[in-house]
Amino acid sequence: MREELLSILEKNSRIDLKELAVLLGAEEIDVANEIKKLEEEGIICGYHTLINWDKTSIDKVSALIEVKVTPQRGQGFDKIAERIYNYPEVRAVYLISGGYDLLVTLEEKTLREIANFVSDKLSTLDSVLSTATHFVLKKYKDHGTVFDKKHEDEREIITP
Amino acid sequence: MTKPLSDAVQSLKPSGIRKFFDIVSEMKDAISLGVGEPDFDTPWHIRDEGIFALEKGKTFYTSNSGLKELREEICNYLKRKQNIKYDPQSEVIVTVGGSEAIDIGLRALINPGDEVIIPQPSYVSYEPCAILAGAKPVIINLKAENEFRLTAEELKNAITDKTKVLILPYPNNPTGAIMEQKDLEEIAKIIIEKDIYVMSDEIYAELTYKGEHVSIASLDGMKERTILINGFSKAYAMTGWRLGYACAPKEIIKQMTKIHQFAIMCAPTTSQYAAVEALKHGDEDIKMMRQAYNQRRRFLLNAFKEMNLECFEPYGAFYVFPCIKEFGMTSEEFATRFLEEEKVAAVPGNAFGDSGEGYLRISYAYSLDNLKIAMERLKRFVQNLRK
Repeated sequence: MREELLSILEKNSRIDLKELAVLLGAEEIDVANEIKKLEEEGIICGYHTLINWDKTSIDKVSALIEVKVTPQRGQGFDKIAERIYNYPEVRAVYLISGGYDLLVTLEEKTLREIANFVSDKLSTLDSVLSTATHFVLKKYKDHGTVFDKKHEDEREIITP
Repeated sequence: MTKPLSDAVQSLKPSGIRKFFDIVSEMKDAISLGVGEPDFDTPWHIRDEGIFALEKGKTFYTSNSGLKELREEICNYLKRKQNIKYDPQSEVIVTVGGSEAIDIGLRALINPGDEVIIPQPSYVSYEPCAILAGAKPVIINLKAENEFRLTAEELKNAITDKTKVLILPYPNNPTGAIMEQKDLEEIAKIIIEKDIYVMSDEIYAELTYKGEHVSIASLDGMKERTILINGFSKAYAMTGWRLGYACAPKEIIKQMTKIHQFAIMCAPTTSQYAAVEALKHGDEDIKMMRQAYNQRRRFLLNAFKEMNLECFEPYGAFYVFPCIKEFGMTSEEFATRFLEEEKVAAVPGNAFGDSGEGYLRISYAYSLDNLKIAMERLKRFVQNLRK
């Protein structure tokens, strides 16, 4: 049940317990217990909403920053990653294989704020060797959902 | 012109679905529960292979029986999924949908006057194809009390000296019924004893929600008398690609290939390349779609339960087949009024044979959101009828 439950919730975290139980062919109480367990185990980490900010009048600028760092003895990349993710403006931090070490995503109101974060906070950290900042121009798809695409049913109305 | 057209063709009844379709197409903004094809798009990696085949200029005929690589992948698939071993060289033919395989399979088997046993309710093509092949269709009216499975008793009673072939349509359109291993073993005994062929239409094989699908061809003594039909439409959401296949003993495939060669030449080349990709890398897609269908199936059965509408639990395809006999209307009356009053289109059960009378085929090849609206309307409709 666990995998199917997670895949439903990942797409629709607002689904109510009764319906969830029907879809899974399980008892409500078992589903409720399983969700509780998943929360306690830190597998379910939150119930967020996917928003296409571009459609609002609110200005947001996102950036992806490639960061090269010096790993620290005994702690690898974890310590420096923590230094970075503790900034509330940082949305995500990934350890990456290949040409650089950490990928940091950032969301701010203005370009200037992102520039300030990079120059004042990120680059000045001791173990940061270099950064490369990429600004997001347009988001086509996020969390498996294509923005701005209406799905028309092109099938015939009745077929055998 | 005064000369008459073909008697055989003129005598065919137009599909019952067609009639209902004409009513529905007059309706604007109706919600449909009437389609027999997946709502998913063909997975992108499969479409991409089709595009790639076009880009590379693979625009010629393939061999009559289909691309060698595709036939090999079909055999791998049947070995992997159902443990049946076919020879890609001589025991497989790639067809234009499962429907062509039904047509040419029957034509390859039938002599004038042979009887073809057709359990109903079932897909609308079997009877006309049997008639056009020169056979006499013998209908078995399946029963709701058996969950529309074919029983040994029913089969035994339908067999005569002239019986040539049994059509076995499971998982079933329109009922959603399946035949489990024990059901198949029961009828296989009789089939072998009476020495008849089986045409097993397994186009919905991947959409089974109670254990894995079992093919009758995998039972002892059955492969040598079975034409197994399957295809890509339902499992991989590839209806418009028009691609299916048949596996059978080489003597039968040889005759089927002749008809296919003269009538069709070969199945569409682009589709065949896409199908290779589907068989190689499509298992996860099937899993995802099956899981979604199963959730919708549970949702509908629960909705019927809540509105007290009688329905056996179907474990296959993407249809449920609720009983509407309590309302004292024919299936057509019920479906027409449901459409007119609530703007929801579902297919009357009798479109699939007389024994479908008193039932409604509801397809769940629709999003849950759609099904939710439709079930609210059905609930209101039956409540009003019961007043």
